[in-house]
Amino acid sequence: MTFLAPVGNDAGAGGGGESDRFLPSEIPMALLDPAGRVLPSSELAMPPADVLLELYRQMVLGRRFDSQATALTKQGRLAVYPSARGQEACEIGAVLALRPQDWLFPTYRDSMAIVARGVDPVEALTLLRGDWHCGYDPYVHNVAPQCTPLATNTVHAVGLAHAARIKGEDTVALVMLGDGGTSEGDTHEALNFAAVWKAPVVFLIQNNGYAISVPLSKQTAAPSLAHKGIGYGVRSVKIDGNDPAAVYATVDAAIRSAAAGDGPVLIEAITYRIEAHTNADDASRYRDPAEVQAWLARDPVSRLRAHLTERGLLDDDAVAAIESAAEDRAGELRRRMNVDSELDPADLFRYVYAAQTPALARQARELAEEIDRAEEQR
Amino acid sequence: MTMTAERDAVAAAKPTSITMAAALNRALADALSQDETVLVFGEDVGTLGGVFRVTDGLAATFGQSRVFDTPLAESAIVGTAIGMAMNGLRPAVEMQFDAFAYPAFEQITSHLAKLHNRTRGRVSLPIVIRIPYGGGIGGVEHHCDSSEAYYTHTPGLRVVTPGTPSDAYALLRQAIECPDPVIFLEPKRRYWSKETAVLDHRSSTVDRAVVRRSGTDVTLIAYGGTVATAMEAAEAARQDGRSVEVIDLRSLSPFDDETVVASLRRTGRAVVVHEASQFGGYGAEVAARLSEQCFHYLEAPILRVAGFDIPYPPPKLEQHHLPSVDRILDAFDRLQWEDTSTLERRST
Repeated sequence: MTFLAPVGNDAGAGGGGESDRFLPSEIPMALLDPAGRVLPSSELAMPPADVLLELYRQMVLGRRFDSQATALTKQGRLAVYPSARGQEACEIGAVLALRPQDWLFPTYRDSMAIVARGVDPVEALTLLRGDWHCGYDPYVHNVAPQCTPLATNTVHAVGLAHAARIKGEDTVALVMLGDGGTSEGDTHEALNFAAVWKAPVVFLIQNNGYAISVPLSKQTAAPSLAHKGIGYGVRSVKIDGNDPAAVYATVDAAIRSAAAGDGPVLIEAITYRIEAHTNADDASRYRDPAEVQAWLARDPVSRLRAHLTERGLLDDDAVAAIESAAEDRAGELRRRMNVDSELDPADLFRYVYAAQTPALARQARELAEEIDRAEEQR
Repeated sequence: MTMTAERDAVAAAKPTSITMAAALNRALADALSQDETVLVFGEDVGTLGGVFRVTDGLAATFGQSRVFDTPLAESAIVGTAIGMAMNGLRPAVEMQFDAFAYPAFEQITSHLAKLHNRTRGRVSLPIVIRIPYGGGIGGVEHHCDSSEAYYTHTPGLRVVTPGTPSDAYALLRQAIECPDPVIFLEPKRRYWSKETAVLDHRSSTVDRAVVRRSGTDVTLIAYGGTVATAMEAAEAARQDGRSVEVIDLRSLSPFDDETVVASLRRTGRAVVVHEASQFGGYGAEVAARLSEQCFHYLEAPILRVAGFDIPYPPPKLEQHHLPSVDRILDAFDRLQWEDTSTLERRST
């Protein structure tokens, strides 16, 4: 694909030709307009019908999972939940483009992506439930642990991907970050290291307009977030992040290119966070409801549904069947999350080191005795 | 046993005079040759061989894919090491100087130290972060920090510092083999100190302290750069008629209570010495935990000989800051030898 032409980095500073130094398109690249009509694109290839149908199905499942998780916070079953409603095209489009051997490095807003990757939803919500660990085994689905510091996962992704190259393995790391995360130093160090090492990494920036309350205009003076990659010699593109076909096509091409040894790719996907930052946030303090309404008209799920329906690939029965499956899964999640999780305080001392130190064994014992005494007194 | 291993074993069995820097270089070389997952990287560690030459010749021997220079960004050095370890490699990375490691602090404290716990042991990070630390080399600001307390205060990290060349070799080899992340603090003013020794991988144990010199009157606790100073002080004290036991902690975290407590219960007096500032410093933890475990054996409060609570001074003044033999001897004098009431109480 032309938009991912390799950057020459042997001829002194920076890229080779003029075309390497700028974005292939200043307008976000897209395959579908907000009404689901096909847009002419010389850069992106429309994914095949089966992929589009799977994108749709997973986005519906993902959205229902997301709304169920938000509901669980209101019932006190989750400590906090950062919703990704409105960002389904990025969450699902990126994950479906990954191959089994590839790795996903998510942020705390990417529970939907983690579940789409195959992680059990209850395990995916463990950290947000208020537990001390991430819930899932990262090596089962190649999904790095969620955690709350932002952009620190970018350098982990670069390291993992570079190690794969050293070991001769065909693995690409996809790291997710947001517009706010692009201001963190680790993002810049990661882009630079990835470019210098030609590490097979795809940086997916979901630019949803706000870092909690801070709008993009207060976050950066750059022409776009994609431009930040250009300075490091990272091939960078800007896409419509609410177009699931475009997200899938772009991530898919980026993964193939990175796997072929052409180096990292940065994708800025323009999207919007429909909900507040988390259930604990009040978005009315910093943004106009009219803005949300305007973005609802660009909804990724209805966009793809319109496109598939128009092409005759999806009918009302199929839509109903997918929604019913989503409802079943939400019910199952509700049922499982309504069971109190058992936390063993002794576990807090168990995994600090590979083998428990004598001092930690003593502290674990002291805490256990303290708990026993308290229970006796009750 | 391979030919090379055999040759190394024979060579290692013969005592040789070696500096700490050379012993560290040898440890890295042996680890690289015995385990193909070991990597060495950092700023200037490749072609140049490191600013202290600890990695001298390694890139030429083991190739640029295993020993390499990185861009100048410490957070990414540690962060990418984490990603590499997640993918089965064992990076031994270098922070060029103590204070240059601070940009990596978030990666070290929030991720390196915690990923094993966060994943209930699924993710192991067998990473060594080598940090030349401390003063005494006439370095300018940011080149002489003793930053050990920042790391020892973080659960999940092991913090190790050698005091001798043979320990430098053994402890670094074991740190690289260790499944936990290890902050490996190298006392840079001892890089060129020599010892005639057999370099043996198993000659010391990474999480145990060692009695460097036996004595009966005072336990003098030191580590890293202050071990040699402590040995000098013990010798000087002998001439004053005091028998000083010197303990080299080696592992700052975890702390070897057993060895140190046993010594203090014998001597009844202790002084802990370090270059780092005293307030909130590592010596405070040592004094507190020993008081808790040895209170009834103590003849005097545990004293600290430490750096002043000031930013590290410039080269022309650093001799006033660093714990000296005289300052340690002064501390010995303040251990309440004249307090006869304890003697009377003991004799009854």
